[in-house]
Amino acid sequence: MTTIALRVNGSDVDVEADGAELLADVLRDRLGLYGTRLGCHEGVCGTCTVLLDGVPVRACLVLAGQADGATVTTVEGLAEGDDLSPLQAAFVEHGAAQCGYCTSGMLVAAAALLRDEPRPSEARIREALAGNICRCTGYVKVVDAVLAASGGGEE
Amino acid sequence: MTEAGVPSAGRGEGGLSGIGTSVRRLEDPRILRGASEYVDDVPAADALHVALVRSQYGHARLAGIRTEAAARMPGVAAVVTGEDLGPANGPFAHPTWFDARPALKAAIDAMLQPEVIRLLAVERARFAGEPIVAVVADDRYRAEDAARLVEVDYEPLPAIVDPERAEDAGAPLVNPDWGTNRAGHFRVMKGNPEAAFRGADVVVRGRFTIPRQTGAPIEARGVVARPDRRTGGLTVWSSTQAPHWLRDALVASLGLAENQLRVIAPDVGGGFGVKSMVYPEELLVCLLARRLGRAVKWIDTRTEHFLSSIQSRSQRHDVELALRTDGTILGLRDRYLVDAGVSNVEALVVPYNTTAHLQGTYRIPALEVECTIVVTNKAPLSAYRGAGRPEAVFAMERILDRAARALALDPVELRRRNTITADEMPFDAGILYRDGNPLVLDGGDYVACLDRAVEEIGVNAFRRDQAAAREAGRYLGFGVATYVEGTGVGPYEIARVTVEPSGGVVVTVALPSQGQGHQTTLAQLVAAQLGIPLERIRVVQGDTLALAYGGGTIASRTAVVVGNAVHEAARIVRERALALAADALEASVTDLRLEDGRAVVAGSPDRGISLGALARRVAPGVGRLDDSRALALEAQAAFEPQTVTFANGVHAAIVEVDPATGFVRVIRYVVVHDCGRVINPMIVDGQVVGGVAQGIGGALLEQLLYDEGGQLLGGSYMDYGMPRATDLPPIEVVHLETASTRNPLGFKGVGEAGTIAAGPAIAAAVEDALAPFGVSVDAYPLTPEVVHRLAGAGARSGPA
Repeated sequence: MTTIALRVNGSDVDVEADGAELLADVLRDRLGLYGTRLGCHEGVCGTCTVLLDGVPVRACLVLAGQADGATVTTVEGLAEGDDLSPLQAAFVEHGAAQCGYCTSGMLVAAAALLRDEPRPSEARIREALAGNICRCTGYVKVVDAVLAASGGGEE
Repeated sequence: MTEAGVPSAGRGEGGLSGIGTSVRRLEDPRILRGASEYVDDVPAADALHVALVRSQYGHARLAGIRTEAAARMPGVAAVVTGEDLGPANGPFAHPTWFDARPALKAAIDAMLQPEVIRLLAVERARFAGEPIVAVVADDRYRAEDAARLVEVDYEPLPAIVDPERAEDAGAPLVNPDWGTNRAGHFRVMKGNPEAAFRGADVVVRGRFTIPRQTGAPIEARGVVARPDRRTGGLTVWSSTQAPHWLRDALVASLGLAENQLRVIAPDVGGGFGVKSMVYPEELLVCLLARRLGRAVKWIDTRTEHFLSSIQSRSQRHDVELALRTDGTILGLRDRYLVDAGVSNVEALVVPYNTTAHLQGTYRIPALEVECTIVVTNKAPLSAYRGAGRPEAVFAMERILDRAARALALDPVELRRRNTITADEMPFDAGILYRDGNPLVLDGGDYVACLDRAVEEIGVNAFRRDQAAAREAGRYLGFGVATYVEGTGVGPYEIARVTVEPSGGVVVTVALPSQGQGHQTTLAQLVAAQLGIPLERIRVVQGDTLALAYGGGTIASRTAVVVGNAVHEAARIVRERALALAADALEASVTDLRLEDGRAVVAGSPDRGISLGALARRVAPGVGRLDDSRALALEAQAAFEPQTVTFANGVHAAIVEVDPATGFVRVIRYVVVHDCGRVINPMIVDGQVVGGVAQGIGGALLEQLLYDEGGQLLGGSYMDYGMPRATDLPPIEVVHLETASTRNPLGFKGVGEAGTIAAGPAIAAAVEDALAPFGVSVDAYPLTPEVVHRLAGAGARSGPA
């Protein structure tokens, strides 16, 4: 066991963890941030996407030790207090979530996209979300929601 | 594009939240904050974790199992083999093996081998991935490490993998006690097929193959079982579509009473049929929790999921169609083979669904079907979204396209000539449905649906584009496919609607959700009756303690069967509330309205009483107990459909194929569908579009392949081609609404609709695109490799 220092969703935390533990397990089991979900444990489905120092990563491929000293943003860090973020609100408005299991990772990936590219095209959104598999929605409403949150797609 | 007709008839007082309105989902704020609770999130910090040692061979004798090294690992609580479990290991009658109705079995002369379930393999492993040893440790990491120390001595046996050879003399037997690999067989006859084929102008034939595929929900399976000291039983959370079936299986396997078991389906991250079966792992985890007296948890890995959760499709059809030169269908013959893998776990459900949906939207006077189901050394077969229907539609639509070519008829025109018209409804299809009732299509304008799809996609303009593109060396194609779907199968569902003392409403139903938005749609039905805001309605579902009786969220049945039960219970509560309010307000019932959580006198909104106050007035124990039907402002109702109600639709696709790379790009995809009266168009749209995405994935990318030893080739998302955002086009949906005549609310199911016709629509479009190469598409998925090979084979004889 070792102490891992993280800044998670704006708060500094020291976590006792095995350095070889997955970041996903640290977030879920040690910090109770269950919004980060695991879909494949091998970095393919994108469901466990979090921001590590601002960069979208698969939390199932990052070891706790690698994250020491890093800033982490999970789905729980996206809402603005009691209010959903505009991106989250757009997901509600467009019915972009179904079972919700992939949604956390989808939101985190989309939030990173909109931060870096505030007005992405539909093709760019599809490309940016291509690392996140959804089995329920066929992506149509997800893409619509991200477009709407970017202020695009209003015409 | 969405064209949502908002029905006016029968509308309650739900105002903007009522039936036919795209209200926002009540589930969403929770989901979007990451606050939903799937089985892996259920508090279980004290739980022991299970890792399973699974067969590395498709077929092997288990000569020896050594567990000592694993058992010595620190933190390991138990290492258990099937032998260690004794009689508790089974075999038990398979809990989701649904024997067919006697009337159906007799009519189709069905032979069916009953299937069994065992928790861990003993003596012989019958498919790669079958669980052999359970390792239980204080955390998941240790359980997995210890599982690697278990040594299994395998003596590999020849495997039967090719279903075509399953009945060959000397083929390895999956179940030696059967003496055969035949798991089932039936025949269906209608009219006089022999005369139809004798009198035909043209007979077209084809062999069509539907690949082995699976639902692959993003949340895999998982179970938490916790001993309940008060009942001596268990509380179980499982990622299942049918907690009541799991409870019943636990009654049988653990010898507990229902009242000692509480099985809960928490939030479930997708099901698609995969979670409709009761799995050995679920029973095993519960047994271990009882034996160890501790909470025990098992979460599927993705590889385990691909290896051992149910698979589906996997049929080969030999089809013959007899026609007149004008395109009139005279008769259809289909001989098909179903590869059930190790176990045909739902008996006739999938295989007979195929027969029942083969005639689809068409008038077919004579029919002869023979189905054979065989077992092989692969993961078991059960329902995956569509459940036998995509297979039927692929066979039928492909033979129609072949007939169109043979007769030099336009494929749309050939379909139109044979499509059952609205005037012919209800239309007796001349065979039995799976529930043993006559298969009578209840309504819908199938011709209008076809015409609308063709119009929306603009097929006439497309033909001009196609010709111009071909001149420029680009290959565009158009395909169309139609389907019907029997939805809302019984036998029943129950709902309870309770007004709480402070005026909130609880709706209790058995069936859990896997993303369909039932919390919203069922609340809409209640709001329509009781006139209360949706936010004050809570839907409790998927908890066997909340409601003792119920089935599974399967077969596009929840809106129809649960929805009508909820409606009836809410209607009774409404009547009772109005009667109570009339008494309280000294007004006539006909002058009262329910709105915004209150009963008010029409025209004088100040004269009113809240639903909560009405509920408190009838709460017993305060001297007001009367002789009315309920002890509270509460009602319970059941809905028992007489038989299924048929939804229908048409899919039309335009694709571009690059013969050089074999890559297929879907340019446009139009769905025109009719699922009866719609509760929430946004949610229905999502169901249809999501289904189409799975259908397109199935048509272009997805396939489970086994080698000759029964080894699954590829057990990850890396190998199984799930469609990604860049693989799919925008999908256009047109809703038509023909109210069902078979339930009070006029609903038809929609959960599976989108998946059913995508395979043949895409196949037809690819075939059309490659027409200059003289290509026939008889199978899918149409991966680049397959398409490249098809085009290459055609090209050798030169583009026409």
